[in-house]
Amino acid sequence: MVLKAFFPTCCASADSGLLVGRWVPEQGFAVVLAVVHFPFIPLQVRELLARVQRASQVGLAVLGTWCHRRREPEESLGRFLEGLGALFTHKPWLQLSREPDSRRWNCKVSSPGAPCGEDQVMLIFYDQRQVLLAQLHPPATLPDRRAGDATATAAEGGLAAVFHTVARSEALFQSDRFDEGPVRLTHWQSEGVEASILVELAKWASGPVCLLLSSLLSLLSWLSTWRLCRLCPLAFLCSKLCTCQQLRLRLQHLQLVFSTQKAEDPAQLMRKANTLVSVLLDVALGLALLSWLHREDRIGQLADALVPVADRVAEELQQLLEWLMGAPAGLKMNRALDQVLGRFFLYHIHLWISYIHLMSPFVERILWHVGLSACLGLTVALSLLSDILALLTFHIYCFYVYGARLYCLKVCGLSSLWRLFRGKKWNVLRQRVDSCSYDLDQLFIGTLLFTILLFLLPTTALYYLVFTLLRLLVVAVQGLIHLLVDLVNSLPLYSLGLRLCRPYRLAAGVKFRVLERESDGPLRLLMQINPLPYSHVVHNFRLPSCGCHPRQSWSSLCRKLFFGELIYPWRQRGDKQD
Amino acid sequence: MEDEQSFSDISGGRLSLQRRYYTQSCREFCLNCPRLSLRSLTAVTCTVWLVAYGLFALCENSMILSSAIFITLIGLLGYLHFVKIDQETLLIIDSLGIQMTSSYASGKESTTFIEMGKVKDIVINEAIYMKVIYYLCILLKDPLEPQEISQVVPVFQSAKPRLDCLIEVYRSCQEVLANQKATSTRS
Repeated sequence: MVLKAFFPTCCASADSGLLVGRWVPEQGFAVVLAVVHFPFIPLQVRELLARVQRASQVGLAVLGTWCHRRREPEESLGRFLEGLGALFTHKPWLQLSREPDSRRWNCKVSSPGAPCGEDQVMLIFYDQRQVLLAQLHPPATLPDRRAGDATATAAEGGLAAVFHTVARSEALFQSDRFDEGPVRLTHWQSEGVEASILVELAKWASGPVCLLLSSLLSLLSWLSTWRLCRLCPLAFLCSKLCTCQQLRLRLQHLQLVFSTQKAEDPAQLMRKANTLVSVLLDVALGLALLSWLHREDRIGQLADALVPVADRVAEELQQLLEWLMGAPAGLKMNRALDQVLGRFFLYHIHLWISYIHLMSPFVERILWHVGLSACLGLTVALSLLSDILALLTFHIYCFYVYGARLYCLKVCGLSSLWRLFRGKKWNVLRQRVDSCSYDLDQLFIGTLLFTILLFLLPTTALYYLVFTLLRLLVVAVQGLIHLLVDLVNSLPLYSLGLRLCRPYRLAAGVKFRVLERESDGPLRLLMQINPLPYSHVVHNFRLPSCGCHPRQSWSSLCRKLFFGELIYPWRQRGDKQD
Repeated sequence: MEDEQSFSDISGGRLSLQRRYYTQSCREFCLNCPRLSLRSLTAVTCTVWLVAYGLFALCENSMILSSAIFITLIGLLGYLHFVKIDQETLLIIDSLGIQMTSSYASGKESTTFIEMGKVKDIVINEAIYMKVIYYLCILLKDPLEPQEISQVVPVFQSAKPRLDCLIEVYRSCQEVLANQKATSTRS
């Protein structure tokens, strides 16, 4: 098998020395991690390797020699390097060298049994820093195997072994180039430990601050569960209002962010970071909204406009009902039923208008307090808006419920009387339609009722249709607001920012580029990180939203509408489990 | 060693295949697709602007004209960046893997690398789509069952070369794979 030598780009200009790294025999990979320079004591090199191996559980060894002739060709160096092969026995033994002025590289492998030739070695350059920091996200993960699993990656997924080796060998990269240790290494150098006082203070203070905030948040959540359990109507109301759901979700998010446990794996760390950025963005947008609202007394303008708008809506509804009570679209209604239904709904509208006028002096004050809630976040303000819309259109909801119930009763009555008309009945025990012999008077009354219901059907159906359409319109507007809230809640902004600014951190794989080849030289490739596409980033790191989505398919929705069953678009997760 | 030949794709456009033999175990095949033609670009732009002018004549709103220009520009940029592929490359490296790169007209490159351990074989498949077309594809092994094929990855999807071009690429790839199989059974 061709031997693949992974060589870090930072060592390409290093002085001559020993190559230190890991040998993976199954794939034929020789992953070079660092170059040890002269002078060195072999015992100390072995001690260093043993120490790093203990810390990282990755088997390190001396893989070969590196010769970079700077000025004149030094034959003595060449012979010295060959002698080292006897000192550090490793099979296969790699000998890399580079000419000073030309870009000529030489590569020789001596392994027992196999003939050594130029075609047997491939040089692959890699950027150590990028490979160290990258997290591989393989495209197809099996359910019983996770990326980053220590035992799995060494055995399969060849290139993942390279990433795993470099990531685990951080102990080797601890020594700085200015350190005066017994062994001098060349490898990736970090920029040094952060020396800013503010950062140190922040790190020191974050511990107690997190503790304080997490205890406060747990107290808040305990309080909310206690109060809600006691007061029944409040619990029911809170489960219906979107604002309470949103506040609960945000509380959970804050608890996650300020929890005192450290994140175990990179996925949890990403989730914490995403949640924090989402909360911060939410609060920033909320404060921007607040400042905009308070700037030119917009709240006053809004409050002044609200009551006339509600009046206008009620007037439009009244006109609609008058139209229905006449001959709508040329259809002829049953006059008596029409008048009854129409007057019933008109009375409701009249009641609603009186309530609105009763509340009108308090509207501005209420709106001002609602506007304050925007400092908790834009999502809270939008949920409040959705709830206010639901409350203001409560009469439409009531009309829809009345119309739907009436229509549903009518349809049920019609279907059972139709069965009677044909001489059948519904067998509840067997859950099927059976034939049945009725008496003459049963048949007579049944047929009469059937005829009455059938001829009253168009009137009820028309009222039902009109109010269902209005209700669907309100539901659609609420749905749009919820979509926006969901977007702010679940968009992983930190991951998207990371993908934009540091694309090598989120890796979907690798890509190779063939570098120019000198004649007789080995094949040289450059390995780069292939970043994850944006769609995969959003899909993998999406935060869980509060789940207020319509869970029905279109066909079941149409079926419910046809039979007059009530549709509940915002069934919360809690209700589903009950 | 570099070599260039001219072929045609399934709809009759001209393709040029560039073969680079770096070593016995590393080969690269580059297919250059026909470029964006000025004729089709002019036709689309004229259609869009005529429609916009017609709407403007109906509505007398000058926003329609400026939005038509805007839409044309954005549409062209989007087409060049997301749709129009200029070059497709297949790089096969013995015992490392197979890499497929698509270069878009705006310079964007999208790369996929498949490790050699997952590759079962490279074959030419037939597909029936209004007529019979041939395409080169890579068969991937199922990690749980090595004899089963888990996925078929087609190569040169937007260039769509004809059978003669595919046979050239297929022969070269099979030489590399045979070499790889021989060394893997030997070691």
